[in-house]
Amino acid sequence: MARWREAALPLLLFALLGAAPWIGFGEGYVLTLLARAMILGIAALGLHLLVGGAGLVSLGHAALLGLGAYAVVALDAARITEALWVAPAAIGGGALFALLTGAVAVRTSGVQFIMITLAFAQMAFFTAGSLSVYGGDDGYTLYGRTEILGRRWLEDRLVFHYLCLGLLAASWGLVVAILASRFGRVLRAARENALRVAALGFNPAPYRLLAYVIAGGMAGLAGALLANATEFVAPSYLAWQRSGDLLFMVILGGLGAPHGAVLGALAIVLLEEWLGHWTAHWRLIFGPLLILSVLFLKGGLAGLPAQLRGAGRG
Amino acid sequence: MADSILALEGLRKRFGGLTVTDDVSLSVAPRGIHAVIGPNGAGKTTLIHQISGTLRPDAGQIRFAGREVTHLPLHRRARLGLARSFQITAVLPGFSALENVALAVQAGAGSSFRFFRPAAGEARLNAAAMAALEQVGLAPRAGVKAGALSHGEKRQLELAIALALRPKLLLLDEPLAGAGPEETERLILLLGRLKADYAILLVEHDMQAVFALAEAVSVLVYGRLIASGAPEAIRADPAVRAAYLGEDA
Ligand SMILES: Nc1ncnc2c1ncn2[C@@H]1O[C@H](COP(=O)(O)OP(=O)(O)OP(=O)(O)O)[C@@H](O)[C@H]1O
Ligand SMILES: [Mg+2]
Repeated sequence: MARWREAALPLLLFALLGAAPWIGFGEGYVLTLLARAMILGIAALGLHLLVGGAGLVSLGHAALLGLGAYAVVALDAARITEALWVAPAAIGGGALFALLTGAVAVRTSGVQFIMITLAFAQMAFFTAGSLSVYGGDDGYTLYGRTEILGRRWLEDRLVFHYLCLGLLAASWGLVVAILASRFGRVLRAARENALRVAALGFNPAPYRLLAYVIAGGMAGLAGALLANATEFVAPSYLAWQRSGDLLFMVILGGLGAPHGAVLGALAIVLLEEWLGHWTAHWRLIFGPLLILSVLFLKGGLAGLPAQLRGAGRG
Repeated sequence: MADSILALEGLRKRFGGLTVTDDVSLSVAPRGIHAVIGPNGAGKTTLIHQISGTLRPDAGQIRFAGREVTHLPLHRRARLGLARSFQITAVLPGFSALENVALAVQAGAGSSFRFFRPAAGEARLNAAAMAALEQVGLAPRAGVKAGALSHGEKRQLELAIALALRPKLLLLDEPLAGAGPEETERLILLLGRLKADYAILLVEHDMQAVFALAEAVSVLVYGRLIASGAPEAIRADPAVRAAYLGEDA
């Protein structure tokens, strides 16, 4: 079945991530890296729904993630660390910010959409920096990680690893299902030709807005996880450079399939780390690598197997 | 007229200094083909845009199926049963022919805010889409990406999409443009069959087709309706002959 073949690569990827601690990647700092990649992968999956699905290029996605992280901070400052409160607050925070800003943004598209999402994200960024109760520009160190039903499970590296992996896989499944559904079909059609879709009787705006809200919730969740991973949150989480990184993950990974976003997140986080060890001037190498990959990997990393097969035949 | 599906009253549209729709009043019967002809730039497409809701008229009224729709947006009018084909083909190139039509079926088959079941697996949508493709003779090409279809096939697909909406009125802007001789013949046969069940407002330059198909013809010149009536009367009308049909009739 074609559907199984499409799922084979992402499932293999999740299996590898699941096996990682047992096949030589169990060291603390490696697990920290992998967790970071998986967490950013969740946010990137939401961004894939927007860019690859709806054709909406957001340059403010890190703000949604940052909102999730600051939800953890706000509750932590009030000494609330229970996941039953933290998780809905983070997801709801991201979704609510997406709803309010998206109500304006989805009326536009193309460059306008980019500028509006960027502008809202910058507002959130400067607001976070001015919140002196939460450390302002210096950021905020959590008293402790989020607890699940009062237990401090998340302090265990392996538990945290598998929690991130489970949520990553669930996010992937959600995005795959949404894109294939009736809702996703309208979304994809409106990306190709909004006028045609309206002539069929669909108003694209509510579909786009809901996609934006879903992506916002996913980013919020990722923000809560990231806050837990680092036990520290700063306004830089919301910076537009972070939004650019997320966009890079999605595009480098490939817009053709959702697992591209996961591949992109892994590739960028790991490459950054690896090049950083190698030389202090790693950005000089990183930039050209990204440019080459965008130029030569037509379908991104996710499209690489098909491209190689094509080259082998041709 | 009470028994018309579409009635335009005193419609006006200007683009800067150019009057493109000049006090147009027109009514279209609930069955059969009403053709709108006129030289290039007469304002035919602009008129279709105003009826479908892509453009707002500056003045005048549009009544459709007993409702005033002058200020309704495109998607609301589509919901009321107004379907259009585009002069410049506007199929979804990345979707298969079947999925292009299935999306149109989906528009009339309950809510599209459904998130988990794969739409491509919905037998009911696919069956109705396939039936529409069969009607236009495109069923063998159902699995092909619309972007890879020939120009004539895209025109057929446009028609299948419009049919799948089961509309009360079909707005067709030059459905024969760019089609080869065989395709043209096939499309004319198809339009001849469709007019028994649908009201069709047809903009077309192919005079043979127009006079073979239409029950009523309206002639638009510089945005003005200079004549409207049965094909024979239009053919004989001296003003029409002078302004437009001269070399054709
Ligand atoms: N958006 C626009 N802005 C300004 N002028 C326009 C616009 N759209 C159309 N026009 C002008 O309005 C006039 C009527 O155009 P329209 O496309 O309605 O003609 P038409 O009868 O459909 O012509 P054709 O037979 O070539 O398709 C033309 O002179 C055209 O240049
Ligand atoms: Mg035209």
